[in-house]
Amino acid sequence: MEKYAIQIESLTKRYDEVLALDQVSLHVEEGELFGLIGPDGAGKTTLIKILVTIIGADDGKASILEMDTRQAKKSIREIVGYMPGRFSLYPDLSVEENLSFFARAFDTTITENYSLIESIYDQLKPFKDRKAGALSGGMKQKLSLCCALIHRPKILLLDEPTTGVDAVSRKEFWQMLREIKSQGITILVSTPYMDEANLCDRIAFLQGGKILSIDSPKNITDQFPWQLFAIKSQQKYALIEWLRAWEKVSYCYAFGEYLHVAFEDNTIQAKALNNYLKTGSISASEITVISPTIEDTFIYLMEHGTRC
Amino acid sequence: MEPVVKVENLSKKFGEFIATNAISFEVNKGEIFGFLGANGAGKTTAMRMLSGLLTPSSGQAFVAGFDVATQAELVKKNIGYMSQKFSLYEDLTIQENIEFYGGIYELSRQEIKDRSKGIVDKFQLASVKNKLVKTIPLGWKQKLAFALALIHKPKVVFLDEPTGGVDPITRRQFWDLIYEAANDGVTIFITTHYMDEAEYCDRVSIMVDGLIKALGTPSELKKSFDVDSMDAVFQLLARGTANK
Repeated sequence: MEKYAIQIESLTKRYDEVLALDQVSLHVEEGELFGLIGPDGAGKTTLIKILVTIIGADDGKASILEMDTRQAKKSIREIVGYMPGRFSLYPDLSVEENLSFFARAFDTTITENYSLIESIYDQLKPFKDRKAGALSGGMKQKLSLCCALIHRPKILLLDEPTTGVDAVSRKEFWQMLREIKSQGITILVSTPYMDEANLCDRIAFLQGGKILSIDSPKNITDQFPWQLFAIKSQQKYALIEWLRAWEKVSYCYAFGEYLHVAFEDNTIQAKALNNYLKTGSISASEITVISPTIEDTFIYLMEHGTRC
Repeated sequence: MEPVVKVENLSKKFGEFIATNAISFEVNKGEIFGFLGANGAGKTTAMRMLSGLLTPSSGQAFVAGFDVATQAELVKKNIGYMSQKFSLYEDLTIQENIEFYGGIYELSRQEIKDRSKGIVDKFQLASVKNKLVKTIPLGWKQKLAFALALIHKPKVVFLDEPTGGVDPITRRQFWDLIYEAANDGVTIFITTHYMDEAEYCDRVSIMVDGLIKALGTPSELKKSFDVDSMDAVFQLLARGTANK
């Protein structure tokens, strides 16, 4: 039988009346870059905290490389690297002091595993004597990542590393994750940004403590069942209002300057759509059939639930 | 028509570091103005000056008709503010939060009563208005926070990453609320890291290293940089020298 990096079966966790995780099952293969995609409150943080043995589940089972999170806490902590959602380094220690602290805590040295963090730490070097608390957001993030990697973990768990991070820095961060993956480290990363899902090998959509779907990004978007149109018009708001009022419309959401629209009735094509718009005195400068995005599919699954 | 936000050569220095470097722009009544920039570009500093929380080092800014340097208290009373870390009191009920905010803005009892009814009706909160805020879903909290930022009918509302972390449907419903407020004449000043949301703004500015590097409608900006999305404009511009 194949050994999974992470295996979760029917995991359930309740906080008072809130069901944070509701019978969640998934596995992550060794060497995989796996994304946990969902909004705040979906259960992402709870799931990761159970995996790194900070909290226990109420029911179900979670294991890391076949070690049970309830029994093998110490062994698990030695082989996982964890970057929490909130900046959790020592603000009064310098960049270098933080890093060597984490290295020593794991009985290693900065030099021993330096090759793993070199490309990231190079960017921090000019600030190595600066207190961690005085770094910019992007630099804090890079230092946290270095500290999570310094003992060369087998599995890296990142809780919303890109939340609140600008679009350019987010791209750079994902580039770093690809590099870490190429060194053979399994990565589980959570994010509320749907566009980041495309950069993962496989993803799980999480919403309200439940899994909506698990698959590769390509297979996930294939779950969107209808032909999807992207419409552009100068009369943006009139366009939305007019289409929302059409009973044939099954799906209608704004995506930047386009409106994404779909019909359960697959006989409706661009021509019929354009004719309907004309009856509302709306002229569309563009009506094209497009492939659904990850976000389209998430919205669809939120509204219609899973089909399995 | 007098602009609702008028900024002229506004600067803020922290020691030798120039966080905001002589920026100038105007925002009109009912306009949705997207204030973009990478982390550390100077957005927060500029927003803090415009909301009367930080005194400028030089230059001038008028918000809702008041000078941010000399009339900071009047500025604060005449603007609304909402951030991603919703400033709601988790241990108060929805109704109590509404009354509390009404009180802060010195509304009369009657005004508080009327507006709280308005908010409860509009968001269909009647059945949950006596529930503690910490027990309601995130999407509701966000809408309530927005309603409270508008409770004193400010001329301009500052929204600092208001949609971070919410699900894609709620995010779009939130934009419906923004359009509605703008349509009622409220000026919207918003920051976001979602580049699709930049497309929803009437005009967008992009700050880089303390300067405003681009300013215009989304279509103007896309045209002048010869790209097809605001994300592409942002990727081209946003990385200045400071973070390299």
